[in-house]
Amino acid sequence: MKVKFFAQIREVTGTESLDMAVPADATIEGVRQTLMARGPQWQEALSANVLCACNQTLCDGSKTVSEQDEVAFFPPVTGG
Amino acid sequence: MFARVCEADFSQQALYDELCEHNQASQSGAVVTFTGRVRDYNAEGGIDGIELEYYPGMTESALQQLLEQATARFELTNAGIVHRVGKLPNQAQIVWVGTCAAHRQDAFNGASYMMDMLKQSVPIWKKEWAGDISTWVAAKGTDSEAAMRWLTDEKDD
Repeated sequence: MKVKFFAQIREVTGTESLDMAVPADATIEGVRQTLMARGPQWQEALSANVLCACNQTLCDGSKTVSEQDEVAFFPPVTGG
Repeated sequence: MFARVCEADFSQQALYDELCEHNQASQSGAVVTFTGRVRDYNAEGGIDGIELEYYPGMTESALQQLLEQATARFELTNAGIVHRVGKLPNQAQIVWVGTCAAHRQDAFNGASYMMDMLKQSVPIWKKEWAGDISTWVAAKGTDSEAAMRWLTDEKDD
């Protein structure tokens, strides 16, 4: 599964995107927890107020995801 | 309708012309446009400019969705939205929205709705530069409240 990161989350983790394997019944929240276990900077980046999207649509942590999905984590938006 | 993300500057006149092309005044007697520009200060003092990051693909479709929602809700006869990304100096144009409607109130409301909802739901992130120091802008409570006002109105409709 492809996971993308934007803004502060991209900067703090030093990662624009990565590929990861996910179990059959994975949820976005499960993906977030797995990523946070990668180290302190991941914990810092993903523990605060984080929005997530699945296949470029906003969703919440309970959404189930599969290998073909594109998931993204980002902070609250500040455009305009 | 048009929704665009671009690095290059835009011409308000060209966008106005595009919005009104094939759109007769008999159906579109009211046209409202809004342009947002880079302010040269924040709460801490002066800044030198901003940088905007976006999510290619999702940002464009979120803008398109916003146009469709505003068009349906305010009976707009046409609408457009353009948002710049990348590094922008102070005073530069950032965002443009334009709406056409039979009467002015719908055109004003449509433009206001799109700007309020854009600040809440479109994946774009702003960073401010002051010298070599850059700071991500935090989401503002007042922006949430502005968006919530429309969502509450919707419930009351």
